[in-house]
Amino acid sequence: MQLALTILVDGLSYASWLFIVALGLTLVFGVLKILNIAHGSFYALGAYAAASVVAWFSGSGASPSLSLLAMLLAAIAVAILTAPLTERGLLRFYYGRDEVLLVLVTYAMFLMMEDITKLIWGANPYYVSEPYALFGNIDIGRQSYVGYDLFLVVLAVVVGLAVWWGLNRTRAGKIVTAVIHSPEIASSMGIKVSRVYMVSFAVGIFLAALGGAFTAPMISVQPGVSVGVIIISFAVVIIGGLGSIEGAAIGAIIVGLARALAVHIMPVAELFSVYLVMALVLVFRPEGLFQRIQARKI
Amino acid sequence: MSFNSTRLLRLCAAAAVGLCAMTAMAQETFKIGIVSFLSGQAAESFGIPAVNGAKVLINAFNKGQAPAPYNKIGIGGLQIEVVYVDEAGGATKQVQELRNLYERDKVDVVVGYVGSGDCLAVAPVAEELKKFLILYDCGTPRIFEENNFKYVFRTASHAAMDNVSMVRYLKARKIPVNVYSMINQDYAWGQDSRKDFMLSMANLYPNAKPAVDQLPKFGAGQYGTEISALMSQPADLIHSSLWGGDLQAFILQSGPRGMFKKSQVVLTAADHVLPGLGNKVPDGTIIGARGAYGLMAPPSPLNTWWWELYSKANNVYPVQAPYRMAQSLMGLKLAAEKAMQANKGQKPSMDQMMTALRGSEWMSPAGKIRMALGNGQQAIQDTAIGRTKWSEEKKLVMIEDIQYFDAECVNPPPSVKTEDWLKSGFAGAKCK
Repeated sequence: MQLALTILVDGLSYASWLFIVALGLTLVFGVLKILNIAHGSFYALGAYAAASVVAWFSGSGASPSLSLLAMLLAAIAVAILTAPLTERGLLRFYYGRDEVLLVLVTYAMFLMMEDITKLIWGANPYYVSEPYALFGNIDIGRQSYVGYDLFLVVLAVVVGLAVWWGLNRTRAGKIVTAVIHSPEIASSMGIKVSRVYMVSFAVGIFLAALGGAFTAPMISVQPGVSVGVIIISFAVVIIGGLGSIEGAAIGAIIVGLARALAVHIMPVAELFSVYLVMALVLVFRPEGLFQRIQARKI
Repeated sequence: MSFNSTRLLRLCAAAAVGLCAMTAMAQETFKIGIVSFLSGQAAESFGIPAVNGAKVLINAFNKGQAPAPYNKIGIGGLQIEVVYVDEAGGATKQVQELRNLYERDKVDVVVGYVGSGDCLAVAPVAEELKKFLILYDCGTPRIFEENNFKYVFRTASHAAMDNVSMVRYLKARKIPVNVYSMINQDYAWGQDSRKDFMLSMANLYPNAKPAVDQLPKFGAGQYGTEISALMSQPADLIHSSLWGGDLQAFILQSGPRGMFKKSQVVLTAADHVLPGLGNKVPDGTIIGARGAYGLMAPPSPLNTWWWELYSKANNVYPVQAPYRMAQSLMGLKLAAEKAMQANKGQKPSMDQMMTALRGSEWMSPAGKIRMALGNGQQAIQDTAIGRTKWSEEKKLVMIEDIQYFDAECVNPPPSVKTEDWLKSGFAGAKCK
């Protein structure tokens, strides 16, 4: 019982930050049909920005609890500063071209951003562990967890619900849905598709940066943090179905639980477990768990 | 005195030729290719500090500002020229980069490689090209235990001594261990460290039993689940060879959960995270540095000079990677100068330099380096283990209760494979 509880908590904790990042990835794909390899780089930018902003907050003598707000602002700043530049300045020139070309363009972005972050922040690690202690420790069964880990679960739920509500219960969401179904018809109805693309891309980038910003207190922020996250995020969205919010949520939980189960029961199978689940899903549901089968346009 | 125009012309010609030769001599340099991680996950902890160390040291060499016996300008009067190459990108890329360094950049020697996989990939290529290669950092014992190289050298001990010295330290301090758990990265370095630690424990703690054995992937970053697994089974000791960002994240995440209070944590390669993490490193953690490096370096005028040189230029004290780079370049400099002397002051050939380096000894900031294994091409060196203690006054993690281990006590004897030596119960080890 204790083991099951530990696996559940560990799995959900791991799934929380992963969901936030994967949600951005799936949103960008759903609207713009871009498999954004550079998504992990925006995660890294969020982490670096949060590290800088929180350090500045701490230095100014502000209350430690405000560091959470600082991290949120850092993620927003990353999205505002980088998303329009990237989408309007680069990606839009490749719309309508082969999707593989867009993947290559985002891969080039990923390589460039790795160096850009190093040029801005250098190679030395940044630590922002102050927020990690904000919620103290919480005992669950015989395990003691850092409250911040569980706070991330709450944050992930809030973010997920907010995005779902925004897409399904607001006028802006309906416009985005219309663009997803047919950019041509949406455009003929007077919708500025390019603006929808830019805003959707910015939201996707914001989610990546948010994931990075709120993960920063738990890790050492340094070159290379973008690599691992993009691989595991792809596994999540493939399991859940590209472009599906529910899929990203379920995919993240499945990955989190599969990994936690393997770490506790058979540690050598940690990575294998995640990709085994992905392979099984692809065998039985090649389109992912939540993506509807679509008629092919001829 | 009669004027002889023909003679004057000849004198002028001879002077011109002489001047040309002098210019050529003045322009001749000693060219070194330095390969280390300049990007990616190993850059911050190893690659860039090592390159920073190379830069300040070579600058000091070129100005003749290093203390004796390193006080000749450059290498035997030749200015040292360096080509830096990023080690990131995988073994295949490194093989091509190595060829470029020799064939395009015409370097006299390549000094490089942090990753064991990269070392294993490039060593046979240098051998095939018959070019001088010095491995300065990577830890795998397989380089010389599974090969008989002529052109490849390694100027630092391989990884076996890290775990042997750690277990010897535990035994010397009478730290009771009935059950121990481990967390090591799931690649050559982590798996070798795990095996060496278990074999060393079997020698000195025959009744100790391994419990949790975690092998997260390199660069995992998130260790919440592994920490739960480690804490779910009581263990007297938790061993880890994690390094860089992985180690930093592990300490940041496990410290607040009380792991360091429940078990004695031993980290075999942790010195490089101390300056950055500061008081996040729990007191009493037993750490190694893969040599007597940084805060554990034995006091000497050479170490004091090196410490100040590096600290002044980089605003942080040197840790293991710059130390290993320094000992590599110092060994190369002395060998090349010795070969130069034997070559009547002329720039020595590659073979002459290799002959001089093979089996040689030299003093480094971390103590004496001896090319004692692998037919004189693999170094051994003394090492040290100690405990962390945060100094509020200095705002630094200090290391106390340091114990030094002789090289022959923690390294296998010549011609004995590491695994065989560990299984033999450290047969032939010479400990004081």
